[in-house]
Amino acid sequence: MLGKTAGGLFWMSRQLERSENTARMIETGQRIALTRGADSDGEWASILRTAAVSSGHAAKYDTVTRENAIDWMLRDKANPSSVLCSVETARNNARMVRTALTHECWEAVNAAYLRIKELLARRVSERDLPQVLATIRQRSAFVRGAMHGTLLRNDIYDFIRIGTFMERADNTARILDVKYYVLLPMASSVGSRLDNVQWETILRSVSAEGGYRMTHGHKIRPREIAQFLLLDKRMPRSLNFCCSKIRDNLGYLASDYGERLDSQSCIDTLCRRFMSHDIDAIFDYGLHEYIQDFLSALADLSRQIEIDYRFYE
Amino acid sequence: MTEYFDEMWGLSQQTRAPYKKFSEWFEGEEPARLRAKQREAEELFRLTGITFNVYGRDEAEERLIPFDIIPRVISAREWKKLSKGIDQRVRAINAFLHDIYHRQEIIRAGRIPREMIEKNEAYLPHMIGVRPPGGIYTHIVGIDLVRTDEDTFYVLEDNARTPSGVSYMLENRETMLQMFPELFSKTRVQPVSGYPRALQQSLAACAPESCNGPPTVAVLTPGIYNSAYYEHSFLADKMGVELVEGSDLRIVDGHVAMRTTRGYQPIDVLYRRIDDDFIDPLNFNPDSMLGVPGIMDVYRAGRITIANAPGGGISDDKAIYSYMPEIVEFYTGEKAILENVPTWRCNEPDSLQYVLDNLKDLVVKEVHGSGGYGMLIGPTSSKKELAEFEAKLRARPNNYIAQPTLSLSTVPIFTKAGLAPRHVDLRPYVLVSPDGVNITPGGLTRVALKKGSLVVNSSQGGGTKDTWVLED
Amino acid sequence: MLLRISHVTKYNYDEPVDYGLQQVRLTPKSTRAQTVLQWSTTVDGGKRELGFEDHNRNTVELFSFDPGAKSLVVRAEGLVQLSNTHGVVGPHEGHTPLWLFQRDTPQTKAGKACRELAKTAEGENDLGLLHDLSAKVLSAVSYETGETNSSSTAEEVLAAGKGVCQDHAHVFIACARHLGFPARYVSGYLMMEDREEQEATHAWAEVHVDALGWVGFDVPNEISPDERYVRVATGLDYSEAAPVSGHLYGSTAENLTVSVTVSSQQQSQSQ
Repeated sequence: MLGKTAGGLFWMSRQLERSENTARMIETGQRIALTRGADSDGEWASILRTAAVSSGHAAKYDTVTRENAIDWMLRDKANPSSVLCSVETARNNARMVRTALTHECWEAVNAAYLRIKELLARRVSERDLPQVLATIRQRSAFVRGAMHGTLLRNDIYDFIRIGTFMERADNTARILDVKYYVLLPMASSVGSRLDNVQWETILRSVSAEGGYRMTHGHKIRPREIAQFLLLDKRMPRSLNFCCSKIRDNLGYLASDYGERLDSQSCIDTLCRRFMSHDIDAIFDYGLHEYIQDFLSALADLSRQIEIDYRFYE
Repeated sequence: MTEYFDEMWGLSQQTRAPYKKFSEWFEGEEPARLRAKQREAEELFRLTGITFNVYGRDEAEERLIPFDIIPRVISAREWKKLSKGIDQRVRAINAFLHDIYHRQEIIRAGRIPREMIEKNEAYLPHMIGVRPPGGIYTHIVGIDLVRTDEDTFYVLEDNARTPSGVSYMLENRETMLQMFPELFSKTRVQPVSGYPRALQQSLAACAPESCNGPPTVAVLTPGIYNSAYYEHSFLADKMGVELVEGSDLRIVDGHVAMRTTRGYQPIDVLYRRIDDDFIDPLNFNPDSMLGVPGIMDVYRAGRITIANAPGGGISDDKAIYSYMPEIVEFYTGEKAILENVPTWRCNEPDSLQYVLDNLKDLVVKEVHGSGGYGMLIGPTSSKKELAEFEAKLRARPNNYIAQPTLSLSTVPIFTKAGLAPRHVDLRPYVLVSPDGVNITPGGLTRVALKKGSLVVNSSQGGGTKDTWVLED
Repeated sequence: MLLRISHVTKYNYDEPVDYGLQQVRLTPKSTRAQTVLQWSTTVDGGKRELGFEDHNRNTVELFSFDPGAKSLVVRAEGLVQLSNTHGVVGPHEGHTPLWLFQRDTPQTKAGKACRELAKTAEGENDLGLLHDLSAKVLSAVSYETGETNSSSTAEEVLAAGKGVCQDHAHVFIACARHLGFPARYVSGYLMMEDREEQEATHAWAEVHVDALGWVGFDVPNEISPDERYVRVATGLDYSEAAPVSGHLYGSTAENLTVSVTVSSQQQSQSQ
């Protein structure tokens, strides 16, 4: 496989994952706006930070409003992480790696792009927003389904999966980092309405309310939330889950190619360093510091994969 | 009587034999169902991404080439004659290229004037004395044909550089098979689906002698923003070979090699879809970002096959075109089977005078032009356009050739008001390898969708049709 | 005359070069006037990828940089036995047709200045005409370094009125082609008698004359090449005969030094 193709597959799946995550974050913001009324613009600022798009937004707009935040995240061409740009980049990558994809996969990506481009051709009204967001998530699920159902489990699939879980881990970590203060034991005025909303926001933005309930029951507590999103082995958006998938897929690559590279040692170290502690130890170390360290280790891993598998010249 | 020969109805509104079965089927169809099918076809093309990029002001826009569901039908007998002529012509083109880059016998023999080559930018000195692997210059050729009556086909132009459109030929058939399976069980149509495999085999058969083992073939594309990118990825995909860009390639151990996830791997045969000038910034245009520095050196050292061979453009130049009957006769010893359109070379004073005197009846083309740009169609041009073109002709006569306006045949298209005749041309696709010449039955039919229009180019409002060659 | 030649081209870079190529034409061929007794082209900091003979029958080699190299040294050296043929190289050989040498190139395209200069040349026969043209070119372009560069065109050179051997050759070629002669560029070496360290490689022109075949003209030295001239490569202009042309990825500052020594071996041979 061409190095460029490996890179194209990796970025295609990262961008698809990103578009889905962004849609989910907008959904969460919208939900808060509905439950908290007029006073929600502050919440949108934190959502922009979570999506790592706030500095671009600030360059374009003086203030954060619901409308401009949603438009920025959904369809602004100046925001490379907007849903529209992500899907377009994903599709361009898919075009580039067309020969590595099955017809069904390509069609699913292309159809997602065509549909989403059509939906986001103009500003989305509040009334249409839920439907638009649902379609974005649905299209992403179609693509995942086509990949799951039609791709050979070889290096093509491995790079796709690695991209997906890198992006997802990054996303979950950023959500926690923006909100970490509400999870800190000393900061929480337990049971206040404000905190309940914040915690709910966190769980919602990773579609984890149901899963949390099944695991930890109805009581929403910061320690359990952190435990669930960082370390749970079955929660498909937890850091632990994502890292173990990355490790698996890098492992398949190593055995496929008959060669262990620095990437494999890098993910092993990362897993050992971040996933072998209990949640209290993490709080002792400092949740914010832990997440910062994790994000930087993840970025290092991403660079190592690029080098080892020759994505670029 | 209609003015033009219609391939379905002839000149007298009687269904011609090759169209009999189709016509029966068509009569039994509900127009509403066919309209729905036409839309369905478009949706299929859009989903598959069979688009071409049009460069506008700001960004590339992707467009579909309109597809018409009425097939163009050619009888087995008609095809036999055509393919004989194509075979002869393609062999002559290869022989001409070999000669022109070696001893130039045809010039020594005085059959074509030296000036045609001497100042021609398509003549590539780097190719002089180079013997391409397998002795093949034009591995992939498209011959553009037009028909004017029951028996007469003309060659409009030869495409010996990088003929495009073969993916449309294949997708058009695929779409028709999906939409109208019943039609194909009634009519026996020669298949086209073997093309990618034949292409792969014919490329592999031209691998350099130094290559032991199965040759590694790759397709070189300028990238996803190129207007024919879909075709490049389509062909690579169907052949099961890598689709590479210049940035994937380097010279490693004396070979052109591609960067894979496991290191550099040598390529033996490169089907390149990049023009000569851009293929090697070390040897040609130094500003090219698309090519591979040093690839010409590897080629000249005999360690890679480039298909088509660089420098082949000298054979499909519109000025050289006018000498094709001589070229065919010189190298094959036979009269050309396919006719050339009579052509006036405007660099000859007498011809120029004739062209200027008869401008309103002629088609004038740029010698190096393509895509239907920069040409004048006399009969449909205004006085002002004619006057402007006359000035251009006088300023640079060398740059133009002129031909009579041909009465191109028509084939009906499906419109809201039912069937309506439109002008068509035909581009059959030809593969050349040491094993022989392989012509896919049919080819790409391009159709001018505008009533009365003679311009079939997709960049100017043309569409395509599935092309059927019937079994014997 | 027996000449020993050593031509060392040294490239130094500020940053390591990840990937780069140098295409070199540094190997002379034996002809009527010269016999190459021994020759080698070697490289430090890189490797030889391949070699072939181009359409001008030049020996071309392609070298690549070792990954991460910060310098590349190309060393061409050898021993050539020469005789004086008064510039006559002989009949045209090879597949490249003679008429191709009447083709313009960007550097040898005759504009107004070249055409007018060409018109002033006089002579009773072709050879006389060409020698006169050579003198006219020299009076129009005085020898001066630093006024032109390797991509200057014949017209630019005439406008400047100054240039080096390459420029004289280009102007002379442009004029000769305008007068209907096939003409080509030659790169090689000249042994200047007063010194062993030469300033650079040399360049001159060859014109095809019906009676004699190819004949050399060295404009600035006002003669046809004799036994002090070693012919290495030919082409339509400098770019086709250039001793070295390279392609680098990335933009790093390049520092090029060339040293050429040409020395007569006559004495040592006779001892």
